[in-house]
Amino acid sequence: MIVSIASGKGGTGKTSIAVNIAVSLGRDVQLLDCDVEEPNAHLLIHPKIIREEQIYSLVPSINENLCDHCGKCAKFCSYNAIFVTPKEVLVFKELCHGCGGCILVCPKGAITEGKHKIGKLSLGYANGIEIVYGELEVGEPMATPLIREIKRHINKSKNVILDAPPGASCPMIETVKNSDFCILVTEPTPFGLHDLKVAVQVLEDMKIPLGVVVNRAGIGDKKVYEYCRKKDIPILLEIPYQRRIAELYSRGIPFSLEMPDWREKFKTLFNEVKVLANK
Amino acid sequence: MRVCVSATANSLDAPVDPRFGRCPYFIIVDLETMRFEAVPNMASGAMGGAGIQAAQIVASKGVKVVITGNVGPNAFQALSAAGIKIVTGAYGTVREAIEKYKRGELREISSPTVGGHFGMGMGRGRGLRRWW
Repeated sequence: MIVSIASGKGGTGKTSIAVNIAVSLGRDVQLLDCDVEEPNAHLLIHPKIIREEQIYSLVPSINENLCDHCGKCAKFCSYNAIFVTPKEVLVFKELCHGCGGCILVCPKGAITEGKHKIGKLSLGYANGIEIVYGELEVGEPMATPLIREIKRHINKSKNVILDAPPGASCPMIETVKNSDFCILVTEPTPFGLHDLKVAVQVLEDMKIPLGVVVNRAGIGDKKVYEYCRKKDIPILLEIPYQRRIAELYSRGIPFSLEMPDWREKFKTLFNEVKVLANK
Repeated sequence: MRVCVSATANSLDAPVDPRFGRCPYFIIVDLETMRFEAVPNMASGAMGGAGIQAAQIVASKGVKVVITGNVGPNAFQALSAAGIKIVTGAYGTVREAIEKYKRGELREISSPTVGGHFGMGMGRGRGLRRWW
């Protein structure tokens, strides 16, 4: 089963919950950290890294000797990544989506595949948990190709947990796409509720079954609960605003490792997700 | 010589639109005759690379100078590669902006005046949501 963990609002506790689920399940688990701009699951899991890969996207490389500056490539490009003057061709690499269409439409065969480094992928293990994460090159505007690359490592015979980036735009959507269930982590505050609603809308559009985990329960107000009741969204777990939990987190320790009651709670959470996903 | 002024509507009396990449119209004017052509800007709705597409439209019309309010990094790079001069700080109507240019009151720039996507959100940079 593939479960994604998203939120809308940043800092609600997605990674903490993703890691605690992984650690509580203990075996046959894959944790894929898809927050490639700021991966931090590995800071809680401390894996032994066994492989690192440089990840490239495809960008056009223009051979000016063959090019007659007809401009067909620029006209074709839906992303405006190519600009043609009578003297030269400019490629705006950050806008290129790697579709390869310019290579096909060039009548002179003047365009070939060039490589553009977008980031690094790391694969490792920690106590039976396989972790894959990516680090996007600083300044690189598109996270989705690297997220796609991470997801290529999905092993469907395992329990796959995808830790999504915050927000509700392309990187989050790319992460949650094709997951069997999405757990939305929120905090019971006006900011938490506002951003939760946006994330719920996205998942409803994508027809992905969802449930909510309320983190830092006890702070704020009751409006998140009212909203979930009104929308018939199951609240799968509440994690209280407790000093011990925050302390362990601040030391880079998944709290269920040192608070064993929580291991059962996270296992139960995962099993309930399995049941809901199959409905 | 042909110049291009970014405009909000399709005449010489239209107000200048301070955005190059996302203005509704390019008013292409022959400086000697003041005959003009109003070209709708197909780049204005582009998700990204509006400045590049706008530069391509303008370059294909044989324009030698662009007169506008602001130009972002992509448009700047593209127009410069095409050998097109860029003059910013224009305001008033298209006609008035051209008169100011002819009198040498508008300055040619050597670097972009604003960051990327500035023209979204009514030209005040508010249409682009960032979470930081």
